Amino acid sequence: MRSQNRFRRLISRRRWALVLLSLTLAGGTAALAQMVPELSGPKQSMDELAAQPMPKWVVDDVRKMRAYPDQPPVIPHSIEGYQLSVNTNRCLSCHKREFTQDSGAPMISVTHYMTRDGQMLADVSPRRYFCTACHVPQADVKPLVQNTFKDMSEMGVKPLGSE
Amino acid sequence: MKNELTRRDVLKAHAAGIAAATAGIALPANAQPVPGGLSSLEIKWSKAPCRFCGTGCGVMLGVKEGQVVATHGDMQAEVNRGLNCIKGYFLSKIMYGSDRLTTPLLRKRDGAYAKDGEFEPVSWSEAFDVMAAQCKKVLKEKGPTAVGMFGSGQWTIFEGYAATKLMRAGFRSNNLDPNARHCMASAAYAFMRTFGMDEPMGCYDDFEHADAFVLWGSNMAEMHPILWTRLADRRLGHEHVKVAVLSTFTHRSMDLADIPIVFTPGTDLAILNYIANHIITTGRVNEEFVSKHTTFMRGVTDIGYGLRPDNPVEMKAANSADPTKTEPIDFEAFKAFVSEYTLEKTAELTGVEAGFLEQLAELYADPDRKVMSLWTMGFNQHVRGVWANQMVYNIHLLTGKISEPGNSPFSLTGQPSACGTAREVGTFAHRLPADMTVTNPKHREHAEEIWRIPHGIIPEKPGYHAVQQDRMLKDGKLSFYWVQVNNNVQAGPNTSNETYQGYRNPENFIVVSDAYPTITAMSADLVLPAAMWVEKEGAYGNAERRTHVWHQLVDAPGEARSDLWQLVEFSKRFTTDEVWPAEILDKHAEFRGKTLYDVLFKNGQVDQFPLSEVKAEYANKEADAFGCYIQKGLFEEYATFGRGHGHDLAPYDRYHEERGLRWPVVDGKETKWRYREGLDPYVKPGEGVKFYGRPDGRAVILAVPYEPPAESPDEEYDVWLVTGRVLEHWHSGSMTMRVPELYKAFPGARCFMNADDARKRGLNQGAEIRIISRRGEIRSRVETRGRNRMPPGVIFVPWFDASQLINKVTLDATDPISKQTDFKKCAVKIVSVA
Repeated sequence: MRSQNRFRRLISRRRWALVLLSLTLAGGTAALAQMVPELSGPKQSMDELAAQPMPKWVVDDVRKMRAYPDQPPVIPHSIEGYQLSVNTNRCLSCHKREFTQDSGAPMISVTHYMTRDGQMLADVSPRRYFCTACHVPQADVKPLVQNTFKDMSEMGVKPLGSE
Repeated sequence: MKNELTRRDVLKAHAAGIAAATAGIALPANAQPVPGGLSSLEIKWSKAPCRFCGTGCGVMLGVKEGQVVATHGDMQAEVNRGLNCIKGYFLSKIMYGSDRLTTPLLRKRDGAYAKDGEFEPVSWSEAFDVMAAQCKKVLKEKGPTAVGMFGSGQWTIFEGYAATKLMRAGFRSNNLDPNARHCMASAAYAFMRTFGMDEPMGCYDDFEHADAFVLWGSNMAEMHPILWTRLADRRLGHEHVKVAVLSTFTHRSMDLADIPIVFTPGTDLAILNYIANHIITTGRVNEEFVSKHTTFMRGVTDIGYGLRPDNPVEMKAANSADPTKTEPIDFEAFKAFVSEYTLEKTAELTGVEAGFLEQLAELYADPDRKVMSLWTMGFNQHVRGVWANQMVYNIHLLTGKISEPGNSPFSLTGQPSACGTAREVGTFAHRLPADMTVTNPKHREHAEEIWRIPHGIIPEKPGYHAVQQDRMLKDGKLSFYWVQVNNNVQAGPNTSNETYQGYRNPENFIVVSDAYPTITAMSADLVLPAAMWVEKEGAYGNAERRTHVWHQLVDAPGEARSDLWQLVEFSKRFTTDEVWPAEILDKHAEFRGKTLYDVLFKNGQVDQFPLSEVKAEYANKEADAFGCYIQKGLFEEYATFGRGHGHDLAPYDRYHEERGLRWPVVDGKETKWRYREGLDPYVKPGEGVKFYGRPDGRAVILAVPYEPPAESPDEEYDVWLVTGRVLEHWHSGSMTMRVPELYKAFPGARCFMNADDARKRGLNQGAEIRIISRRGEIRSRVETRGRNRMPPGVIFVPWFDASQLINKVTLDATDPISKQTDFKKCAVKIVSVA
């Protein structure tokens, strides 16, 4: 038990050295370069890279869980060719309260009916008119870099009724 | 006994429950079935400004178990009232990319620093040992002009202030410039040349008062989305309001435009002079305002393009040696000067329909219409950027539409503290705090007094500006170089020939402080891991003069330390004897043998506030490290520059209680509009309007012509290249590309192109192409649809993508006055990869 603890401390203090050692053993000098965080662009700063193919969009219409309650939901369908101008707003033609029963689309949040001063209006507030400032579709690609953001639900919180 | 009590408690609780239910009162939280109690659900909320653009939105950050778990728009923040853009809503994730830098990295071979070595993790003490040795070697061999620093409009106010002290008063070098040089130097120079004082006279409240909005080279819908919500709120909510959008291609802001104008690159100068001509010829000059509050000047012409002096284009220019010269003229001379910009001539030169030009001119000429002009990089990244800025002031001054609610020429900024740090602190190569300059002996003396250092320490010659720094690095004249909070190998112009060459020049030692392994960090010799945003206490200043402060909310990972800690800690490694001239030290023996830390930061001012003044509920790593409330000390010393001189800041502690305050803050009150009696405390009763930044109290109306760009398309390089941003990514993408949702929203750069242009070259949507200029080339994909619709002969490529370094292609031409790069105009050709 005691020696285990000491070993763990050793790992945290000498993590780099251990990683270096294991990588050097496993892969020789090539692994040495791997030890430092990798650049997200070309291997050598000025190298030319082939351009990635144009992304395919996620269009499965499956609602995606939000990372936290305040996050604007992402769009699980194509919005290619959608008009969003003074005269027309294609998004609202499904997501506005009056149209949601027929469209089956989720209604835009109640916050979208509020003025700058927090007053509720009978219709969508003009300040919320341009949907794509906050809501975006997602390409069917892997993240460029992993993100270690932790969901608040994983933090010592047990959901209501779980006991 | 015990059982009895318990039983009684249960009965009591039961009774209370029945009573509460009957009365319709919610049960107390501890009676709810929340395992662990309500406290396990609690999130600690604190305020901060957004990390991204110059809008300066307020956000609330939720922290739990030492991590940011949520963010949302701050309802109490005047700027955004509860809204954020897509980037702002994902702020929660920007600090958690898995490749955060957590230890210093040094290029080494056989256990010692080597320029051609591989990066190895080192301790802070080894990192600073090598760094100080390299700095001292360069100081000894080449002198202080070979030492330089490239900072940022994302530096906190304290960081920029510490940097300017360390560079100018410590190392005695003015080679300090911010990346804001690439971003709004043209705007800053134009403010100084027109009003004698930097930054806008108006504020964001103008959005709710204007009857017309004119966007000059600004795509606010994508780049300043929250200000766009305020503009849209006004336009869609009030029928009489009109919006004009000017650009070299059709973008999202045009969706709201009543007057959409797509002009030939560079010809906006002609449109501005045409509007002045229209105002004059239709008899709508506000004569009283013009005669009382303005003065007319003519600028020299043919001023060159800021290229290297041996460039043939530069050698041909008549006035490239002194592009700033002006001479006084009168109204009649100005009238004659702009008279050649007739509607017909302007329509022909610009390619814009005459009807649209006339409608645009009428927005300004109509005395009953309040106009807000807004601009960003289209104006500022322009080889005649200072002129363009001044020409828009011309039309506001001719009509007197300035310094009052709704009448507002407004220069937007792209970085969160472009104003607060780069401009107000004065981290430009020629500037000192509060609009003072290093070339003015009185200003230097004043700064030396405030800093409590001997006279003669601050050098008088302006240092190298951003583009010049790259050239001097390449030429080996600048050899010790420290880069903080920016990614210039991706952001600078003509990078593979200039910037990158300088970084890898064997004579140079390059240090980069960053949170992530950017392309700039990986081009350096020493990488220092930085704490970012709410991992430290900070202060930013936004585009409307709003100073906004935040607390440290979480700890930085591993060994990462704030730029402030890095700057101040590094100063301990130098003594005055090593960096100050012997003749000054002879006269001021009390400074002998002291470290730069002693004389710059332990000077009785910066260190005057004890740790007990730090709010107990928030951590403050820098305060702990230096044993004083160093942020408050730096801020208060800095604030003495501006108090009583039109740049008044409130006492530091108040900013922790406010969602920012707009300076000048006089008698505890912020100032929304400057230069007008009743609105600005610096304008005395009876003066009406006074542009008190200038000795005569008058603003300058400048006569300057249209001049062509540095490089235009020809037979071989037949297309204009425009670079810029997209909504989902900010600058070089070092933060936003690490947020999965933002990455997936716009995973890679593309080349927006006119469909006919593509067809003519046999290219389909999505085809892989080479974009080639005289400087370099990259590979990208053709996009003929989507958010930007390009006119024939113009392409747009965003620069956020490190795998498509479009700045290998761009030209390092600058405005010769502001030295700001023109990233919007150069000539390229498009070739299929297949």
